[in-house]
Amino acid sequence: MAFEGLAERLQGTIQKIKGKGKVSEQDVKEMMREVRFALIEADVNLKVVKEFVKKVSERAVGVDVMKSLTPGQQVIKIVQDELTILMGGEQSPIKFSNRPPTVIMMVGLQGAGKTTTTGKLASVLRKKYNKKPLLVAADVYRPAAVQQLQTLGKQLSLPVFSLGTDISPVEIARQAIEHAKEEHHDVVLIDTAGRLHIDEELMQELKDIRALKEPDEVFLVVDAMTGQDAVNVAQNFNDAVGITGVVLTKLDGDTRGGAALSIRSVTEKPIKFVGMGEKMDALEPFHPERMASRILGMGDVLSLIEKAQENVDMEKAKELEEKFMKQSFTFDDFIEQLQAVKKMGPLDEILKMLPGAGKMKGLDNVKVDEKQMGRIEAIIYSMTPAEKTTPEIMNANRKKRIAQGSGTSIQEVNRLLKQFEEMKKMMKQMTGMASGKGKKKMKMPGFDSLFK
Amino acid sequence: MSFFKRLKEKLIGSSEEKETVQQLEQTQQDDDQSPLQLAERAELNTPVEEQKVEEVLPVELPEKHEETSKPEEVEVEKNEIVVIEESVEKEEEKQPSAWSITQKFKAGLEKTRQSFTSKVNDLVARYRKVDEDFFEELEDVLLQADVGVETVMELMDKLRFEVQRKNIKDTNGIQALISEKLVEIYESGGENLTELAIQPKGELTVILFVGVNGVGKTTTIGKLAHRLKSEGKTVMLAAGDTFRAGAIEQLQVWGERVGCEVIAQSEGSDPAAVMYDAIHAAKTRNADVLICDTAGRLQNKVNLMNELEKVHRVISREIPNAPHEVLLALDATTGQNALVQAQTFKEVTNVTGIVLTKLDGTAKGGIVLAIRNKLHIPVKFVGLGEKMDDLQPFDAERYVYGLFAEGLEKELNEVEND
Repeated sequence: MAFEGLAERLQGTIQKIKGKGKVSEQDVKEMMREVRFALIEADVNLKVVKEFVKKVSERAVGVDVMKSLTPGQQVIKIVQDELTILMGGEQSPIKFSNRPPTVIMMVGLQGAGKTTTTGKLASVLRKKYNKKPLLVAADVYRPAAVQQLQTLGKQLSLPVFSLGTDISPVEIARQAIEHAKEEHHDVVLIDTAGRLHIDEELMQELKDIRALKEPDEVFLVVDAMTGQDAVNVAQNFNDAVGITGVVLTKLDGDTRGGAALSIRSVTEKPIKFVGMGEKMDALEPFHPERMASRILGMGDVLSLIEKAQENVDMEKAKELEEKFMKQSFTFDDFIEQLQAVKKMGPLDEILKMLPGAGKMKGLDNVKVDEKQMGRIEAIIYSMTPAEKTTPEIMNANRKKRIAQGSGTSIQEVNRLLKQFEEMKKMMKQMTGMASGKGKKKMKMPGFDSLFK
Repeated sequence: MSFFKRLKEKLIGSSEEKETVQQLEQTQQDDDQSPLQLAERAELNTPVEEQKVEEVLPVELPEKHEETSKPEEVEVEKNEIVVIEESVEKEEEKQPSAWSITQKFKAGLEKTRQSFTSKVNDLVARYRKVDEDFFEELEDVLLQADVGVETVMELMDKLRFEVQRKNIKDTNGIQALISEKLVEIYESGGENLTELAIQPKGELTVILFVGVNGVGKTTTIGKLAHRLKSEGKTVMLAAGDTFRAGAIEQLQVWGERVGCEVIAQSEGSDPAAVMYDAIHAAKTRNADVLICDTAGRLQNKVNLMNELEKVHRVISREIPNAPHEVLLALDATTGQNALVQAQTFKEVTNVTGIVLTKLDGTAKGGIVLAIRNKLHIPVKFVGLGEKMDDLQPFDAERYVYGLFAEGLEKELNEVEND
């Protein structure tokens, strides 16, 4: 039930325009309607959408689209550009105080992921900024919230300041700042309790903590899955405590994350980090252009390229290309490839970053089974060197031995062999294409059938 | 104040009766349909309804009906309840009271709908014209409640189509039509089931909680345990979230508060093993209900969903038919992704109901309408706060009314103030 991205939504309108010599104002209007729906489905707040669409249509009606030969592409480009601009051009790092300790407050609704983010942020501060952070457990309301932070502190080997749950959060924060000064911690991270933005009493508490020592950063932690209400939440927190930045959590899910745009446009505060998983190192800087693509359902090519570059050795890639050409690709190379892919992260996440992967037949529902990958590895590892380089020598006896050795079945061995052959064929085609022959569409060779 | 709370007052507050009367008078004056409505109403309060209630009630009998906060309905029901009590008097086990609210609800459904309809009429009547502008406003209000483009468009198309088909020109006719269609949104999703499938006395009922991270599973379990316990049931909890730091302690604190036993292993152990242990412990201790917590997981994490499937499998292996309820906790603040959540969790664990949490904020969780229409999963409870008794059975009429009424009223006030 994946939602249609903007490109798919625009297909219908573009089909109609095709063949027409000129794009009329009415056509643009229709396209804008699709833009509007695409954004609402991505959970961007309706009022923000209206404003945004107005701005985009002005640009579109102006000159850009009407004169363009590819009006659909043009609209997408304008939308993407505007989105990127709206979500903030430059990335702003954390502001540190000249007179330590730097005080960072984490605020937000219940269940947004404040405590987890506090832990992750502390880890980033230590690793990247070489700081000595102190975690402060100021959530005295939710059962076991203090223990949660203490456990995280233990995992990260970072000190956690807590005074139990009988003392007011304001007092805890005050003592924590004192404690940090004495112990020379240069950053104090205050994990506050989740609260509703309309709970006046608890919002007052945040104001009181804020009044102790002007915090250098107040981060609003927001669930990326938040819907229309994101504007209310962001507005109220910003009015009450004056946030300085936003952390968007649970972005490793499959939500479009339109909340990012809503929050940004009502508070005009930068989104500084995104939470990408439950592990303590899963906190990444925010990239507006990637978020724009994501909201529009167009995949995250930039992240994919970046990940690939991080993990693929260029030398090796060249070597491999030659092997493709010469058709001397063996199981050894295959497993090397598998491992390179594996290093890039969970496969389904990688697939998700491909533009249109959500729409591609068969790919939209691919649930990549990491275990299946393990099985393939086991089969290959059970082969003799001769079998790996010349799979042609494979016979019934050898297959039986491999199946037994890898704890799989003969059928599975057969399937892998067949897929390997197909892959080789496909690679031949691909390398042929790269040298400028065919005009076939790029395809990840045999990948789709491999992990089902 | 939250919209739900305001709504509660709006619909069940003491001013209710007066309001209805006023509306009746009003409708009588300017709506030629009203005599019919009145007649229906009178009829519905008598034989038809009694029959209905009799059919449903023998199993779940309201005991303390005075507990309810709906003065209007109590009157109606007192008569009925006398009848029913006679017919079921022989039953030794009387079901506790909390479920009676739901029953009361069913009994009063027809009546409530009448007042619901008249409220919609009343609201729409304040618009001078029901035209394209009005439709657009209604559309905006629903979209801002996270109902979702598809569902809203469906409703709007229906409305526009009906207006055209019936060639309705006067505003009175359109008002009636809007109420009708709005009522349809929640009814087309199937039967209104808010009761839990509690097993007969002596058998263990297993309730499994699932959902993404941070939606309030553990808190809801605490509240549900309290609810069931106050009905006289022995409740046990299984600490199946062995992953998140502090999750086991959190459930244990709730266990202490509510006064029920928590079966837990250490952090990082296999959740399926915890369930196995818990079921056996619950059986030996003759517990009535076992509520199982699980770790929050995003629905696109294949490994974690496989783990959940295993938990589910282990439970059904130990007790056939179990888990008797699989409740998906859904954060009302969540947008369109909730639909994907519901679908994926349903595929893996056969979700039987939704608990819509954090409805005490300003978010309305309108996506549950789409979930109900497309996946036929009913909302069973709503979470309205962090205290033990902040869990209420879902009330579709009030909910649907709240979705659009507040928004429309706000718009109206803005217009009137201008």
